[in-house]
Amino acid sequence: MTEDPTTNTGFKWVGTRPIRPDGLDKVTGKARFGADLVLPNMIEAAIARSPHAHARIVSIDTTAAESMPGVQAVITGADFPDLKEAGAKQPDVFQAAKVMARDKVLFEGHPVAAVAAATRQEAQRAVAAIVVEYEVLPHVLTAGAAMADGAPLLHDDLITANVDPAPEASSNVASRALQQRGDLDAGFAAADVVIERNYTTKPVHQGYIEPHAAVADAGQDGRAHLWCSSQGHFDMRSSTANVLAMEPSLINVTPAEIGGGFGGKTTIYLEPIAVLLSRKAGRPVRVVMDRDEVFQATGPTSGSEMRVKIGVTNDGDITAADVFMAFEAGAFPGSPVGAAAMTALACYDIDNFFVEGFDVVVNKPKVAAYRAPGAPIIAFAVEGLIDELARAIDMDPIDLRLKNAAVEGVQAPYGPTHPRIGFVETLEAIRDSDHYRTPVAANQGRGVACGFWFNIGGNSVATVNVHEDGNVSVITGSPDIGGSRASMALFAAEEFGIDVERINPQIADTQTIGHTDVTGGSRVTLATGKVVVEACRELTADMCRRAAKMWDCEVEDVEWVNGHAQHASGTETPLSMAAIAAKAGRTGGPISTTYTENVRGAGAGFSTQLVDVEVDEETGQTKIVRYTTAQDAGKAIHPSYVEGQMQGGVVQGIGWALNEEYIHREDGTLDNPSFLDYRIPVASDLPMIETIVVEVPNPNHPYGVRGVGEVGIVPPMGAIANAIDRATGCRLHDLPMSPVRLLSAINDKNA
Amino acid sequence: MDYLAPTSVDEAVGALAADPEARVFAGATDLIPQIRAGRPEPGLLIDLKRIDRCTAVTANDAGWVVGAATPTSRLTEDPAFSGALPGLSEAAGLIGSDQIQNRSSLGGNLCNASPAADSVPAMVANDVRAVVAGSSGTRTVPVGDIATGPGKTSLADDEFIVEFEIDRPPANTGDAYLRMTPRTEMDIAVVGAGARVTLDADGNCESARIALGAVAPTVVRVADAEAVLTGQPINDDTLAAVAAAASAACNPIDDKRGTIEYRKQVAGVLAKRAVKIAAERAGGATTGGTH
Amino acid sequence: MGRTHVSCTINGHEAEFLADAGDSLLNALRDEVSLTGVKEGCGTGDCGACSVLLDDRVTCACLIFAPEAEGTMIMTVEGLADAEHLHPLQQTFLEGSALQCGICTPGFLMAAKALLDKNPNPTETEVRYALAGNLCRCTGYDKIIRSVLDAAAQMNADQMNGASS
Repeated sequence: MTEDPTTNTGFKWVGTRPIRPDGLDKVTGKARFGADLVLPNMIEAAIARSPHAHARIVSIDTTAAESMPGVQAVITGADFPDLKEAGAKQPDVFQAAKVMARDKVLFEGHPVAAVAAATRQEAQRAVAAIVVEYEVLPHVLTAGAAMADGAPLLHDDLITANVDPAPEASSNVASRALQQRGDLDAGFAAADVVIERNYTTKPVHQGYIEPHAAVADAGQDGRAHLWCSSQGHFDMRSSTANVLAMEPSLINVTPAEIGGGFGGKTTIYLEPIAVLLSRKAGRPVRVVMDRDEVFQATGPTSGSEMRVKIGVTNDGDITAADVFMAFEAGAFPGSPVGAAAMTALACYDIDNFFVEGFDVVVNKPKVAAYRAPGAPIIAFAVEGLIDELARAIDMDPIDLRLKNAAVEGVQAPYGPTHPRIGFVETLEAIRDSDHYRTPVAANQGRGVACGFWFNIGGNSVATVNVHEDGNVSVITGSPDIGGSRASMALFAAEEFGIDVERINPQIADTQTIGHTDVTGGSRVTLATGKVVVEACRELTADMCRRAAKMWDCEVEDVEWVNGHAQHASGTETPLSMAAIAAKAGRTGGPISTTYTENVRGAGAGFSTQLVDVEVDEETGQTKIVRYTTAQDAGKAIHPSYVEGQMQGGVVQGIGWALNEEYIHREDGTLDNPSFLDYRIPVASDLPMIETIVVEVPNPNHPYGVRGVGEVGIVPPMGAIANAIDRATGCRLHDLPMSPVRLLSAINDKNA
Repeated sequence: MDYLAPTSVDEAVGALAADPEARVFAGATDLIPQIRAGRPEPGLLIDLKRIDRCTAVTANDAGWVVGAATPTSRLTEDPAFSGALPGLSEAAGLIGSDQIQNRSSLGGNLCNASPAADSVPAMVANDVRAVVAGSSGTRTVPVGDIATGPGKTSLADDEFIVEFEIDRPPANTGDAYLRMTPRTEMDIAVVGAGARVTLDADGNCESARIALGAVAPTVVRVADAEAVLTGQPINDDTLAAVAAAASAACNPIDDKRGTIEYRKQVAGVLAKRAVKIAAERAGGATTGGTH
Repeated sequence: MGRTHVSCTINGHEAEFLADAGDSLLNALRDEVSLTGVKEGCGTGDCGACSVLLDDRVTCACLIFAPEAEGTMIMTVEGLADAEHLHPLQQTFLEGSALQCGICTPGFLMAAKALLDKNPNPTETEVRYALAGNLCRCTGYDKIIRSVLDAAAQMNADQMNGASS
């Protein structure tokens, strides 16, 4: 084990590729995901949902449903506490209204009632018998339309935040985000070339293969037990408790294995419904979404309208940038436009900029986080525009980025000064890659793009126990969506100096581990990893103290080496963990500790990506021929899963670039709520994704870790747009760059 | 719903005639998603797969008789069938993934009557005939006459397709099927084009059959394109004329998968490419088509 | 009509269950036979997460009516390993890090097994097309494809060495 993260070498376990501890259950079908749990006496639920994008609920009649075969409980919005009347904060009121509509439905699929019955079919039949009278209202589907004068309003109490003076009347604009620096006019005046473009993107879904599922068992004592697959069971607990006006600790949430999240499972949908139904029925209730419900009524990310203007000198100095964004939040405020404003220019050192973004409500499902939320959307625009500028001044696009790259000491657009970062290293890795050195084929085009994501730290707790056989449990509160249990095991193996097979990582429920923040923000390897490391260090120190007692010597004479307490003189036989554990009762009690911290010092993540495409110019179809991604991981704890995160993010980005989009009919209903017409990439669409893991250690982590989960999705859309431009001479500014749109652009070019 | 698995054509006809809410099925790959999407449930599900004739593949001197409920993977894995009718085999093989292929059938694909059905342009190009059984007896119908509109067929309520008759192609004949989908698999065709070309002794086109899918409510035979080719060499000029005729013959819609303009343009592109491949195959070349 | 009684062989053992005529085999396997390794991702045959072998052919269990299973041989992921050993595919998936969340893994394993049973020496392209019916959102497919190719190589080597696979 090395103390110096800057050297990043000399590890025995960290950096190796053992089989992940949850792997065996997953390849044998034993792993239990959200819909796999069966409890005794359990019944099933179904949800009644609005067929309209925007309507007032005039009445709901559940009498027929209540007397149907098998039905045990029926609930509507009226069964939920009225948080508005109780004076709760607006975000809490909105969250509760998202879970089940009160007086208005604001998107197709908005829940209006739910039924628990003996079987799912009986619940669905009862749902069909619920009579809802709606007064259909005009709807808006895009940010531009929602911001226009006279647009139908979703809420009558939404006052735009962060504008001065505050508006007097409600609108569809929830808030404004702003980042600015320097003198924009002077900056553009100093530029030799200025290009301005408009961009649009569509909502896209995280596309996890596992639909949402929850099982709730509410007791007569006011407590409830909830099982659900989520990215953060503490957040599920607090949000569910909030909606139901309960004390959070009365709900115990056990995390199931999660079948993909990517940000979309950081928020509640089914959980309060499951608890209420269980309470009313007096039996455990399981609620599972169908695939079309997932698309209609969970949280895609925003569609957007953007305008970007950047100025550059002839020798490649970016002098000014002006960015406008309007992001669709869906039915309630909370798009990632703020994060987009912070990250829009974060790869570059620009003295003069004005970045303004608006969070706009529209009659679509409320957006949820999607992998580096906001950043990929604006990066499509900025990275495309940087490429256009590079061509305008006849400069290599990598060189242009190198010239302006953010480095240590540069102030990030959102305020802090960068410590040691690895962005330049990723650019150089791509420039020096075999891919880049291979000439582009004649009928292909090559594009490069970059991306940034902050990564976060946050609250984590770890409990580590040494068992009588000297093996170790590592207990945390971080649901594992990418392989973090493997990383926790590697940290512990490294700290104790024992085989990673002897480490058993577990994820505890909300009663048995301290509060842990969501698995998101690429935080787990950093923050939960850090508390695991610290807990292990406490125990190695503790075991040295116990050994000193056992040897009756000074603790200064004992050191921890290779899983053993060793006497510095060499006169004592080293003590294994099992040997120390055997005497635990006599040396202070069971060998166990809990370490808690709100971890700071997350290291920013940077990615540079290179893609070669081939376009069939008669059909507009784009083929990804070769793809290389370089990303700074700080230190790759389990390199295979770092590579996996990189590759997964790239492929989501490829889908986002080429085919994925929410297609709404004019009446506001979703035309493609299935995997047939919401087209995520399939295996035959893709080549191997070459990965280059750059390791510039994060000085704030004992192992130099930087989060890796998110930044990989930021560059692909820009890179592919750049490649398509090189291949066809057509520059697309709207996503997705589907065959229909590309052929239309090719036709325009040829006309 | 009830379920019945008859073992003879007569038993199936009887069950179908007795119950107006009965539906036959083979692989159910369209039926189940439709029921899930809220279409009315059939009262009786009649499974055709236990009827020997419906899943038999028989080669004889005239050609093939293919049971209507035969999984299409049986056809694509049959070297003799795929060698003689590569376009039809490819079309059948494009109906879906390997999982779907072990269930999908020519009968199901045809009778679901989606305008975008992959097997139908190739079946029409190869002049395949459907043997239809009903309570009034058996009749043989060109497959092009089965679908009458999206989701509608010319079959009476008590009729179903038992098998398909496919003639062995004449000498110097090749066929091909191409389709446009945004992904390489797992998509519904935005445009489909089937072609069959017979060459004469000089290598010119003796006769051609060209059929388009997904560009009209039912499959479109492009007589104008066929006329352009008949007796002519297959070169850039005649292929361009084929493309123009194909585009002109389309009557597509705007929908979530494509626009009218896109479908018309790409129909021309795929028609000419399919003809080219069919011609190469007619001349003895083994040319790859779909992927 | 009441529920249908279905007798079949599942993972090498005789099995029987009750199902409504319109129930899918997926629901029957999960709810009646408790084989929750078969996953529902979409219920309409678009994702492959419910892939099982039915009489040695890979199919989506969500697109099969439960009564159709009468008299058939079904294999699910739970039947892939024997008591002593994992199937080479399971082993290479673990070693090759071909899974992250793991929800798609059972379906991929069954589809890959069907591929290798039919084509023991596939090219990368053949593997990609054979697995095109299985969606994965976590991995980008790269390590899955490599693991299938590794398993094929291993199984062929075992064959040549006379080992049973």
